[in-house]
Amino acid sequence: MIRFIMPLVIFIVLAVFLYAGLSLKPREVPSPFINKSAPDFQLQKLDNMNELFSNKDLLGKVWLLNVWASWCVACRQEHPLLVGMSRNGTVPIYGLNYKDAPSQARRWLEEHGNPYELSVVDYEGKVGIDYGVYGVPETFVIDKQGVIRHKVIGPLTRAELRKCVLPVVEALEKSDQVSVAVLSEVREACSS
Amino acid sequence: MFVIKHSLALLYMSLTVLVLLAGVQSAVAKDAVPMSEDPEMEAIVNEISDELRCLVCQNQTIADSHAELAVDLKNQVRDMVKAGKTQDDIVDFMVERYGDFVRYRPPVKPSTYLLWVGPFILLFVGIALLMRNLGKRKGSTNDKPLNDEESQKLKSILEANLVAPKTKNKAEGSQP
Repeated sequence: MIRFIMPLVIFIVLAVFLYAGLSLKPREVPSPFINKSAPDFQLQKLDNMNELFSNKDLLGKVWLLNVWASWCVACRQEHPLLVGMSRNGTVPIYGLNYKDAPSQARRWLEEHGNPYELSVVDYEGKVGIDYGVYGVPETFVIDKQGVIRHKVIGPLTRAELRKCVLPVVEALEKSDQVSVAVLSEVREACSS
Repeated sequence: MFVIKHSLALLYMSLTVLVLLAGVQSAVAKDAVPMSEDPEMEAIVNEISDELRCLVCQNQTIADSHAELAVDLKNQVRDMVKAGKTQDDIVDFMVERYGDFVRYRPPVKPSTYLLWVGPFILLFVGIALLMRNLGKRKGSTNDKPLNDEESQKLKSILEANLVAPKTKNKAEGSQP
């Protein structure tokens, strides 16, 4: 009897593992940044290269940091969504123009619309490394204390925005001291 | 759930790494293109780069990869070596930003125990099963001499078979 059941059991175990493997996203490396302070940067503004902008200026605000580039094809995919969000005034979006030629970046924004309150120029990608960026576009949700609370790797989708990003933003805006437990609950709900 | 997912991912990753290991070995040897004047420092940079995973091409180290991010990270490593940072400092810097995943050799900690111990568990289960099956086989053979009844039975079977071919031959021979 065991002789016939064993292969079946082995098959089922293998099938379960392989099936679980299908839903893994190996490209989505779990970020060590969640619930840690966003690394500080001070960079030139894209629309006025003589001025510097620092993320410290945004303390007290919930905001999104969107890493983008004119050479990034996937950025075009999420761009209309970002433009729509800025039109609705959902949450302020700041752009980190990653390893891009500023002139091309500006032209790209003219062409596709500019959803950013402002963009900063990370020409060498040093700030990108600080933020653990490895696939553009990436979007960070940063709270009033300047702590990263959520991260989306790859183009933002409408479903992801509704299911994850907006609830996190809402929870963050509601109170100044969001308990980490509540937040991880929100994030848990959106990752499943 | 997260921990399971994580260690599963690591498990798959390491399986893939194992499969690709043979190919990677030769690539490592080829790839040491010195980029700074100081060959001694470059050796250190390469050694550290060999410990760091390229996040875009996940089964390569940043020493192997020519992806833009890998080149940037290698430059970062070079800058840090120049600044006198140790290997541990640099690996910590990367882990802080990209997570444990950036280490080409996964660290031993609760979420990776399964990964490290799993193959040995499988090995022991295999050995145990093998021993059990061999033990069973030994028990099933019977070395006792035949008793009277059995030898009588054997004799009759043998006789029947010895006689049968003869009659068969005769029958065949009688046919033209």
